[in-house]
Amino acid sequence: MSKSEQLRQTRFGQLVDAFGLPRLIITGFLIFLFIMAPITGSDLPTQITNVINRFSWNAVLVLAMVPMIHSGCGLNFGVPLGVLAGLLGGTLAIEMGFTGPMSFVMAIVVSTPFAILFGGGYGALLNKIKGGEMMVATYVGFSSVSFMCIMWLLIPYKNPSIVMAYTGVGLRNMFALDSFYAGVLSKFLEIDLNPLGINLVIPVGSLLFFALLAFLMWAFLHTKTGTAMTAVGSNPTFAKASGINVDKIRLLSVVLSTWLGAVGILVYQQGFGFVQLYTAPLNMAMPAVAAILIGGASVNKASVANVIIGTFLFQGLVTMTPTVITALIHTDVSEVIRIIVSNGMVIYALTRKTEGAK
Amino acid sequence: MKMKKNFNGFDFLQNNLVPLMFIIICAICIPLSGFSTSYLLNEVVTRMGRNIFLILSLLIPIMAGMGLNFGMTLGAMAGQVALIFVTDWQIWGIPGVVLAMILSVPLSALLGLMCGKLMNMAKGREMILGYMMNYFVTGLYQLLVLYFMGSIIPIKHASIRLPRGFGIRTTVNLTNMRQCLDNEFAILYKGVKIPVLNFIIIALLCLFIVWFRRTKLGQDMRAVGQDMEVAQAAGINVDRTRIISIIISTVFAGFGQIIYLQNIGNFPTYTAHSQIGMFCIAALLVGGASVERASIGNVFLGVILFHTMFIVAPRAGVAITGDAMIGEYFRVFVSYGVITLALIMYEIKKRRARSHGGELLARAQREGGVQS
Amino acid sequence: MRSIKKDFFGNQVLTDINFTLGEGEVLGLCGENGAGKSTLMKILFGMDVIRETGGYEGDIFINGEKAVFNTPFDALKAGIGMVHQEFSLIPGFTATENILLNREPQRRNVVSQIFGDRLNTLDYKEMDRRSAEAIKKMGVEIDAKMVISSMPVGHKQFTEIARELSKDQLKLLILDEPTAVLTEKEAEALLESIRGMSAQGISVIFITHRLHEILAVCDKVVVMRDGHVVRDVPAKETSVDDITRWMVGRDVQSGSAVPEAKAEPSDAKTIMSIKNLWVDMPGETVRNVSLDVREGEILGIGGLAGQGKLGIPNGIMGLYEAGGTVVFDGQEISLNNPRKCLDSSLAFVSEDRRGVGLLLDETLEWNIAFPAMQIQDKFLKKLFGGAIKWRDEKGIHAVTQKYIDALQIRCTSSKQKAKELSGGNQQKVCLAKAFALEPKFLFVSEPTRGIDVGAKSLVLEALKKFNRESGVTVVMISSELEELRQTCDRIAIVSGGQVSGILPAAASSEEFGTLMISQVV
Repeated sequence: MSKSEQLRQTRFGQLVDAFGLPRLIITGFLIFLFIMAPITGSDLPTQITNVINRFSWNAVLVLAMVPMIHSGCGLNFGVPLGVLAGLLGGTLAIEMGFTGPMSFVMAIVVSTPFAILFGGGYGALLNKIKGGEMMVATYVGFSSVSFMCIMWLLIPYKNPSIVMAYTGVGLRNMFALDSFYAGVLSKFLEIDLNPLGINLVIPVGSLLFFALLAFLMWAFLHTKTGTAMTAVGSNPTFAKASGINVDKIRLLSVVLSTWLGAVGILVYQQGFGFVQLYTAPLNMAMPAVAAILIGGASVNKASVANVIIGTFLFQGLVTMTPTVITALIHTDVSEVIRIIVSNGMVIYALTRKTEGAK
Repeated sequence: MKMKKNFNGFDFLQNNLVPLMFIIICAICIPLSGFSTSYLLNEVVTRMGRNIFLILSLLIPIMAGMGLNFGMTLGAMAGQVALIFVTDWQIWGIPGVVLAMILSVPLSALLGLMCGKLMNMAKGREMILGYMMNYFVTGLYQLLVLYFMGSIIPIKHASIRLPRGFGIRTTVNLTNMRQCLDNEFAILYKGVKIPVLNFIIIALLCLFIVWFRRTKLGQDMRAVGQDMEVAQAAGINVDRTRIISIIISTVFAGFGQIIYLQNIGNFPTYTAHSQIGMFCIAALLVGGASVERASIGNVFLGVILFHTMFIVAPRAGVAITGDAMIGEYFRVFVSYGVITLALIMYEIKKRRARSHGGELLARAQREGGVQS
Repeated sequence: MRSIKKDFFGNQVLTDINFTLGEGEVLGLCGENGAGKSTLMKILFGMDVIRETGGYEGDIFINGEKAVFNTPFDALKAGIGMVHQEFSLIPGFTATENILLNREPQRRNVVSQIFGDRLNTLDYKEMDRRSAEAIKKMGVEIDAKMVISSMPVGHKQFTEIARELSKDQLKLLILDEPTAVLTEKEAEALLESIRGMSAQGISVIFITHRLHEILAVCDKVVVMRDGHVVRDVPAKETSVDDITRWMVGRDVQSGSAVPEAKAEPSDAKTIMSIKNLWVDMPGETVRNVSLDVREGEILGIGGLAGQGKLGIPNGIMGLYEAGGTVVFDGQEISLNNPRKCLDSSLAFVSEDRRGVGLLLDETLEWNIAFPAMQIQDKFLKKLFGGAIKWRDEKGIHAVTQKYIDALQIRCTSSKQKAKELSGGNQQKVCLAKAFALEPKFLFVSEPTRGIDVGAKSLVLEALKKFNRESGVTVVMISSELEELRQTCDRIAIVSGGQVSGILPAAASSEEFGTLMISQVV
């Protein structure tokens, strides 16, 4: 007890307190990477381009964590559900014959009812199991993804550019979006400094799109309903005593999270240029969860700033380590570092005592 | 009286929903798959021999109220590390298996200790923590096996080393160890091979678990599992007891993985452990266990049902839809689905217990009112 | 026990407690809530809270030797056993297993020789024998093989007692309100078994609110009030009336603080009418309450802990499951729906500040403005013709500042987090929150629990002022009778989940005392 008091009194201690030790270490490591990058001979602008690009792909998915954390539903390990809604929207929009930017708009439009449906059912379920959300969410994610694996084979898609090449039945594991919505956001208003001899490309459109969603999220949290959502997450009993319908607010937050997950995967795809189906959605949850935690969120508190900082730090780590560390020690340990950092972060968050609300 | 009987029937259905569902699925799929009885029996018996030990390792944490030990994978990884060393030293057959088991113990115990300590810091969230520990320790495992082995830790044999000089190849071959336990005293009965030694080991473990329940430590674990505060007040060291239960489980999981892998005969170095936890937990739940209660009977029933489904589903899928992949995905879906269902039922049950008080009071007042 | 003193952070709770207890004697300990009974027993039992809050003064002698207990285990070793009000049993274990919990007889075996005693096997035969012996010693028949969770409450209580009795060294048994959960017949059996124990040479300290039980079984009676022992007499020389008087009796000085009650015309309009209310609030069950509240008054609700006074506001405001009818201002209020209550201008300040009353991790501004914002759309700016309701930070800040000044909330700024305030200031925030709703009717539950004297009078003044100036009807629930008498116009006493009577604040302490214990269950 007194030892931690002492620590708190030192200035370093204060910094650690305010910032969280793991976040401090990761920030330090990232700064180290940025410094080492030119020394090891990799091109810094290229690195920055990579980081910004990855940031623009992933930020919306990380943003999808915010509503559920705010309403006290914990870390949304059920993000694959939103991703599935996005995949349905994307594939159906293509199936309907839309191309180019229109296909992106239609993908969002079509995925919305699915997101509301999935999110609604999922939210109703989570209301029945308050306190045990995270474990159930994980497995709801798993089982719905494996269920959709069957559906990708059974839904009679016809568009030849997305169905299996030989049989013509069932969707491919992965297909390119070149003639559909690849780059619709990232190429919009893109700043390309290559003509000036600098390898820096900034996908302004994607960043603007994220900024728009982030602003809406920020604004939402300032409205009456948004305030209620924060209160539900902070202390559900207080909210109930203040006349809030706790279940309804939680449901709303889950639907919002799911919808953002759907939009998030579409944004990811337009940046990445490919659609990955079948078991791929399962790989989307962990990076998003880890990113928001690294950004300083806890199991029941998160802000838009956490999203931005976290995504930047996490994606920075993921993109920089392969090149820089490989150049340094001639071994590619980036994958292992990614696994250890992201999961270690979640474990750290889980073992921290959450004060006030349970 | 009559009402009570109905209630029990409903309860029975609810408590045994999952096994009943599986019996139905199996009953439909077995004829569709067109496998011969002896083939099916052979497969199921083999799988029983190699899986039961792993699943039994889950029982002790459930007893201590820590839920399904998703962290059992930690033990599996320890077992694999031990096997890699034994392979490198070229110690084959049963001595190799025994040596691997002995080697795995300190490693499993260490990982179990770490896992248990963290779980004590996250009481009420043990399962998700154990689940995340899987991935975290997988990272450490990769670091060890892919980068440290051969560079820091000496690996003599080139056959298991990556061409670049360090790290282990993606597959470790256990050909010389293959089924050495299964074949010892094996009995062939009407075309069904019965791995007697395996079953003897399993029987010993079952006996151990039965005996363990009757020890002081076992009794303490049951007490801790039901009410940590009361146990603490009675002077039981709750945290320590919980850590011990996870350590035991992890060590057994390590043994289980070694038995499992010697049966298969080789293992993919970096992925062999990843699905083990999920399949074992699914099998246990299929056998009718829940998050807070599981018996040895659940283990046996679960293995039989789950693996029968696992064997017949792809073929049955082909028979129904003409597409083999659908059966594959279906069995994965069912395994995840079962776990999801069990978790949901567990959480709902935890919350339902509270809501009866009100009805009782209303009734008491009405009756009281009549009297006065 | 000699000269026991104990203070919690400067609040003297116990002063100069002296009493002695002979072998095989039964001592009845009674007193109002907050008289210091539990604290005294906690000291005797070496509970952790005592040490954590700074220990105690004075000495305890057992068999003539000075005893110091740092933990309950020390006390157990010295032969003291205690049965707490809350059960401490493992639900899935049988009575036998619970009786011998962590003291199971064991047999060594090969494995335990190597790995230590925890792998000893349990000796089930010996366990059965020992539990049977303990049950026999208790003199009440319970099924040793039955699992606790399927036992009736009374048997659980007996299992606890048997557990204490199974300890060989037991010399002194403390029973904290053991009969509260028992039926009449079971209570009778318990009294019988207490007599049996004392015959076997075990001393018993028996705490209860049922005074006739004390007279029936005890050798001597100790009455406590405000941390003092007011009487220590042989049971034969006293009566229920005497004890009641000693329990609640005040000296003349504090009695004179009562008056200044407004001359409220008794024909004032009834604003809330409660009929046949039941509330399922654990530990504070309301069984059948009917009560009329007049417009503009301050009504006090008092009673002993656990008798259901707290359940009344919690039930009406929809926080715990409730039934019955509540008519407010001519309209029936639907129960189990907090929103409906708040919409009809009711407000509630909960006794559970940290759990229900506050958003600990949020700012004072949020805490004070939140309900008003959600219920009445205050502090919101309407944008786009009301489609978006935007939080009005300025308005929130203004209202918070207003109440910080009015209630003298001590804080660094209105943006301070609620959890950083002291108890008294947190309580003021809770009041401000309710005041910001500008209700017509206010429930205040235990407004002074756990706060210091200065804050206490401030809070009570604020309530009175609010009542007088805004004409708001206030129902105040408190365990402290004196506080109710100083603040309220009328005081209803709840006993056994029912209203046992309503008295004007000026009524005598004895009258209140009689009502408090009249229907204790």
